[in-house]
Amino acid sequence: MVDLSTEGQLDTVQMMVNMGPQHPSTHGVFRMVLWVDGERIVDLEPHIGYLHRGSEKLCEGELYVQIVTLFDRMDYISNLNNEMIFCRAVERLMGLAVPERAEYIRVILCELNRVASHLLFCGTFGIDAGAMTPIMYAFRDREKIQSMFEAVTGARMMHNYIRIGGVKGDVPDDFSQRMGALLKVLRQGINETDKLLSFSEIFLARTKGIGVIDAETAIAYGMSGPSLRACGVPMDVRKDEPYSVYDRFDFGIPIGEKGDSWDRYYVRVEEMRQSMRIIEQALEQMPDGPTITPSRLVLRPPQGEVYVRGENPRGEIGVYLVSNGADKPYRVKVRPPSFCNLMAIKELLKDTYIADAVVILGSLDIVLGEVDR
Amino acid sequence: MVERHRREEAPQAPVDLDDKGRALELLLPGILAEFQPEIGATVNLVSVTVKSQDVPSVCRLVKEDPRLSFNFLMCLCVVDYEEHLQVVYHLYSTDMKHMMVLKANVSPEEPSLPSVTSLWTGADWYERESHDLFGVVFEGHPNMAPLLLYEGFEGFPGRRNYEMPEYKEW
Repeated sequence: MVDLSTEGQLDTVQMMVNMGPQHPSTHGVFRMVLWVDGERIVDLEPHIGYLHRGSEKLCEGELYVQIVTLFDRMDYISNLNNEMIFCRAVERLMGLAVPERAEYIRVILCELNRVASHLLFCGTFGIDAGAMTPIMYAFRDREKIQSMFEAVTGARMMHNYIRIGGVKGDVPDDFSQRMGALLKVLRQGINETDKLLSFSEIFLARTKGIGVIDAETAIAYGMSGPSLRACGVPMDVRKDEPYSVYDRFDFGIPIGEKGDSWDRYYVRVEEMRQSMRIIEQALEQMPDGPTITPSRLVLRPPQGEVYVRGENPRGEIGVYLVSNGADKPYRVKVRPPSFCNLMAIKELLKDTYIADAVVILGSLDIVLGEVDR
Repeated sequence: MVERHRREEAPQAPVDLDDKGRALELLLPGILAEFQPEIGATVNLVSVTVKSQDVPSVCRLVKEDPRLSFNFLMCLCVVDYEEHLQVVYHLYSTDMKHMMVLKANVSPEEPSLPSVTSLWTGADWYERESHDLFGVVFEGHPNMAPLLLYEGFEGFPGRRNYEMPEYKEW
């Protein structure tokens, strides 16, 4: 007689699973060591730094005008937002005024960049949850935005278009008409992506109630942007401390209710619509005039230090700039939004399943170039 | 790195605080009196400099005082001023929507100060990063393992006196 019962005979030891660094679901080079009990994650240890290029240290050896290109390469999905925050830091330190038309061009392009970034997120998040089609729709629309960027800045990525004191050059003559047509296409495209993915039964089952974080914990971790707003905290630098010309537009701050993966996703979908509202209003109000305040090539800002905040697609970015009066900054420190959002992964992944780990990581929308700098 | 010194002293950036900053500047000396802070202002921020051993108590006070309630650690970084290292905390309040900067100086030879991870969980990676790049030791941090650099990296690449090793092509 063979005893078939396995009671008390199977080992239930914890197993260590190494996820990444070369894993498509990590959106870059990010590694997590997971300790699992069956399919359930007991503990984890995130490892970053695979993309560390020492950007902050590199800034100390470059002229102010050259640093804009380094900021392009930090968050490579939303280049223009990153360029803008550094230029604003230098302008604040020097007390340099920016022409009104340049401010409007900046806002329009930054908001367009936000839409492009969120479209990329919607597509890849669909893939994380197992839906292959939405990314085709999202990339179709994102491609049109990239073409628009190419027409205005001359490059699809790494634009180096926003300069200290303004922007590189004026927009093309038919900018307003082209933007109008683009917005029409985008609005329809976003609606299509939204209809296809957001309320799909399978997608809801994969994301609703998965990776919940409450507002208090999120704030303690320093989370910001859509990931924090999904917990119901209406924190947005564009409203709290309006910079550039953001105080002249009427737009809403979408917030979530529960702080789960679906909320983090849907806040971004709504944000795209709000960004398009801003662009429409900005196009109407945009005045004529110069696009840059002429300044020297070799800038020497006065001694002092400044901290400026801005709202990136991923959250709140900050730049701490220390100047000693030389032609190169003494210290540049960036507060990368993805860095803080990713820190909460330890909290989010505890007691979830391995399959959900991919979805939760995807819902944070990290860019490793910015996390590692 | 060769520094180009200018003959005349560079001018100071003018201080231009907003209303919240000015209110904070008046409020802070009273609240922090027992720590004898140096309260000043940079271009757009109120800055408070305290002794490095007082950092956790000051942080707890500014976080828990209802008039300040700095519950959001925005940024933690180290600036190398060569004669001393300065640990800089940028704090923000999500309720009051004001911000301040807290600074503490440590010696470059044996830089150490107490960790603030018990107050703001988000200080975790910032402190590890500062330890990697500047060698500042945060006492009481749960895990001071390298974050951005690999295990066994020698030297502190964030410091100004760090010399880049000469890599040989193979």
